Amino acid sequence: MKNVLSKFKPGWGILPIAVFLAIWELVARLDILPGHFFLPPFSTVVAEFYHLSASGVLGENFLSSLVRVLIGFCAGSVAGIVVGTIMGWRTVVNKALNPIISLFYPIPTLGWIPLLMLWIGINEMLPITLIFICSFFPVLYNTVTGIRNVDQDYIKAARTLGASDGKVLATVVMPLALPNIFTGLRLEAGMAWRVIIAAEMVAIPTGIGALLMKAESLIRIDIIIVCLIVLAIMCLAFEKFFEYLEARLTARWR
Amino acid sequence: MPSITLKNICKYVCRDVNLEIFDRELLVVLGSNGAGKTTLINIIAGLTDYEGSVLFDNVPVDTLPANRREVGYLFQALVLFPHLDVVANIAYGLSARKWPQNRIESRVHELLELMNIEHLASRYPKQLSGGERQRVALARAIAPSPRVLLLDEPLSSLDAQTAKYLRTELKQLQRRLGITAVYVTHDLMEAIDMADRVAVIHNGHVEQVAEPEKILFYPEGEMVSDFIGAPNILDCDYCQNLGQGIMEITSGGLKLIVPHEGESIHKVAILPRHIYVSETKPPGQGVNGFQGVITEIKYARNTVRIGIAVAENNLVAEIPYHIFEEMNLAVGKEVFLILRMRRIRVYESNIS
Repeated sequence: MKNVLSKFKPGWGILPIAVFLAIWELVARLDILPGHFFLPPFSTVVAEFYHLSASGVLGENFLSSLVRVLIGFCAGSVAGIVVGTIMGWRTVVNKALNPIISLFYPIPTLGWIPLLMLWIGINEMLPITLIFICSFFPVLYNTVTGIRNVDQDYIKAARTLGASDGKVLATVVMPLALPNIFTGLRLEAGMAWRVIIAAEMVAIPTGIGALLMKAESLIRIDIIIVCLIVLAIMCLAFEKFFEYLEARLTARWR
Repeated sequence: MPSITLKNICKYVCRDVNLEIFDRELLVVLGSNGAGKTTLINIIAGLTDYEGSVLFDNVPVDTLPANRREVGYLFQALVLFPHLDVVANIAYGLSARKWPQNRIESRVHELLELMNIEHLASRYPKQLSGGERQRVALARAIAPSPRVLLLDEPLSSLDAQTAKYLRTELKQLQRRLGITAVYVTHDLMEAIDMADRVAVIHNGHVEQVAEPEKILFYPEGEMVSDFIGAPNILDCDYCQNLGQGIMEITSGGLKLIVPHEGESIHKVAILPRHIYVSETKPPGQGVNGFQGVITEIKYARNTVRIGIAVAENNLVAEIPYHIFEEMNLAVGKEVFLILRMRRIRVYESNIS
């Protein structure tokens, strides 16, 4: 019985959303709010979602954004993990690179747009580079922290058991740093979508962000809301994916 | 396998330490916190840099890194790898040394059996009790058949009962494996129970290296004597074996029952903290229970040392200050005392 109940538990999360959508629909249909034309009913948004999907406009723009996010995020994360691992493992490298990275890290990702527009130009590389920067620094910092926080006794124990430096790193240090690395990945997976939308709104003519801007100029609130919903779902999906992956890899022993 | 020689070792608090650990012996390094005990075994393991020389079987190993010294190390915190299950923890040293998979499997199985932990094979360290963790950590340390076993207060986090049990097991295991072992502790009774020889270390300096009985009965210098707690030492006038590991002795008019299996007893020792003092006659048989008169009361840091004249002997008992405060003790007052039988150590007459 307990199992059955716990199985249904996540389903309750849908209830508040359903209530919220119902109120939204009602308020929009009853014209209660002043300036009601700025709030299309939920059903209109759903119809527009279907229309945009069927015509391929949404899919095309979504795909552009998705590819940029995937390439930028993967490259940034891999680079962050690799550099972070070297910095965390070798104190000399950490001492050499830390001041430089500390200087770049606080710059907001969108602050790079003007510079990158001039350096790279307005093409596919611009949003990808932005996502790369957005993912690289936090993942790097979390990796360095994770590796440096591994209890020295684990490393000593592995050494006395005959493990070489490489083996200690691969089989003890990296697995124990995983929770920290995943914190970085999880936070940045959502952040990448926020950044790509901003970049597309400002500088790139394709993607969900660009579609948002076009909808704004045509005062198509329904399309704006469709884009925001897609954005919310993607942020959530990316974060949940890493949450799931982290649980799969570390839940047994944590 | 093998003897270990430390020559002029300097590191942190350790200054010019010279020490020889014989082949297959269990040497206990005994000292208070910060005396340099852990530093010393880290040096043997190659986990820290140092000045001086470490030799295994007279061959210097100073240039060998920790992963090639072939030592097993049981850490104070045990440090089982939390992300690996028991089998993987034990197998770690074997795969690090590139053993073939089938040999790893059979060796792990052998150790699970040896340590009686087969039922824990697929558990993770967080699912184990303190004693179970200790066994797994020991299995992991000895899995690659190291030449030397180093143990850094591995029992300090366990309850007294489990620690006592595992202590005996550890000692038996060390004998069976015929491995040279260095065991670090700050607990005198642990040292005496386990050691073939004890090295008392203070401020990075080795004060005395001797058999446990010698340390207890013939401490060299005030420091060693202070550290071991200045035991009461009684000469034995007469002794008789009562069988089942129990002997009766007479010393200065006191009849004592002591745990010992042997021919004769030369001296017995009991630490002041192992003597119970009571204002009223304690219930029970009165074994090792006596009546005496307080001759002296001396205040130490957290304890009070009480000199008591019992028959022809002067014994010193030590009680915690807060207990002393609750009692009404004064010089000249009659008190009852019990010498805890299992805490009495004996010195056979054939050693001088």
